[in-house]
Amino acid sequence: MATVSTNEFKGGLKIMLDGDPYNMLENEFVKPGKGQAFNRVKLRNLKTGRVLERTFKSGDTFETADVVDTDMQYLYNDGERWHFMVVETFEQYEADAAAVADAAKWLKEQDVCQVTLYNNSPIGVIPPNFVELKIVETDPGVRGDTSGGGGKPATLETGAVVRVPLFIQTDEVIKVDTRKGEYVSRVGK
Amino acid sequence: MSAELDWRPACAPAILRRRAELLAAVRRFFAGRDVLEVETPLLCHAAVTDPNLHAFTTRFLPPGAREGRALYLQTSPEFAMKRLLAAGSGSIYQICKAFRDEEAGRYHNPEFTLLEWYRVGFSLADLMDEIEDLFAAVRGGGDPLAAAERHAYSDLFERHLGIDPLTADIADFVGCAAVRGFHEAEALCGEDRGVWLDLLFSYFVQPHLGRGRVAFVYDYPACLPSLARKRPDDPRVVERVEVFLEGMELGNGFHELADAVEQEARFDADLAGRRARGAALPPKDGRLLAALRHGLPDCSGVAIGLDRWLMLLVGEEEIGGVLAFPVDRA
Repeated sequence: MATVSTNEFKGGLKIMLDGDPYNMLENEFVKPGKGQAFNRVKLRNLKTGRVLERTFKSGDTFETADVVDTDMQYLYNDGERWHFMVVETFEQYEADAAAVADAAKWLKEQDVCQVTLYNNSPIGVIPPNFVELKIVETDPGVRGDTSGGGGKPATLETGAVVRVPLFIQTDEVIKVDTRKGEYVSRVGK
Repeated sequence: MSAELDWRPACAPAILRRRAELLAAVRRFFAGRDVLEVETPLLCHAAVTDPNLHAFTTRFLPPGAREGRALYLQTSPEFAMKRLLAAGSGSIYQICKAFRDEEAGRYHNPEFTLLEWYRVGFSLADLMDEIEDLFAAVRGGGDPLAAAERHAYSDLFERHLGIDPLTADIADFVGCAAVRGFHEAEALCGEDRGVWLDLLFSYFVQPHLGRGRVAFVYDYPACLPSLARKRPDDPRVVERVEVFLEGMELGNGFHELADAVEQEARFDADLAGRRARGAALPPKDGRLLAALRHGLPDCSGVAIGLDRWLMLLVGEEEIGGVLAFPVDRA
């Protein structure tokens, strides 16, 4: 396994800490006056998503985590697990609920997601930034109202609920920004 | 980054201009006070012995010589400037590059610009007054800075961390860090009081210092002496001052140690510390010690990091943003 020293620390580096893989979010070199140098880093646990701050002595070394981000097509959910496939190789992976987490409500079959593999099994899923989903239920709005003021909740085919303008009707397809969970636009008839 | 892209300067032309104005204003300030500008070598046969400062080493090959000899790029010009003081230069200042290996980050570039000056006959309090005047004079244009804050190290430490840094034992430091959720501090600092003080201070005190005004912290614990004199009426502290602005450390000053015997003892203690951790062992600067034996006039001196000061003047968040060519495109 490769190792890195604190002088190679930077955002995006994946290291092992206490047996778990972490993604480095921030690294700051701290050196008081004429004192000892440290690295103060912010890390996200790739299994739990928890963010923590840790300080290391400059010069300490760490094992890198065998973590890769791969684009995969979402195939289906069998009630317990989510199935993904690497389009080029047809290689298939199964992710559990902990790995899919909040991404679940945006997953539509055939969409391409970013799946994070640790030791070759999925530990995280990032849905596409924009998805097009059909509305399965929303209150009937007043036709012709395009002001959009306030909006109303709409339930999408994947189960997600977003606020949409009043003129949007059930069975329409809309574009949603998954990073904010917000309605973007109507998708052509 | 490829040479096709990174040949360009990292900072905007306006920042180069602001740097030139800062240098001109500093020179005007000292000219007005009759302080002499000097230059001393950046390549010297000796280097500082501070356990946490690492000098770049290079080799000088005299013409025709078969073997070179080691020369050190100076981490600050202080030893050579003290030799000038001992030779009777009177008050002097210098603007020069300084070099520190193993330092790079948001506030550190391995090569940086220092303003260092020494005032003959000045106490540390006199020097603080002058630093404050310099900051007010160079600020220019905007509102004059509010009067500087001045804090004794112990008071400040006690106010923010609830323990007395002069009397606390290691268990107190461990408890103090644990209460703040800083559990790895114990493994990082061990039994070393100096490391404990620096770490706790830089995490929990420093961010509060110098908001909107210069802050001075003086009377450092004697375990962090550097080149400062012990205070004659309280040997638990030394006459050292650090300068902070907007939570950033800008400078370090001393009522300068003039005792050659004590200076050599500190060199030896530093070198023992370096040997224990396997760091390089530069030679003791025998010329500085000889100058101190000859007699250093009573004086106070300070070094200010000009790049960091410029960061504040132009609102940059990283030192690389005020340098034409930071180390990764030098």
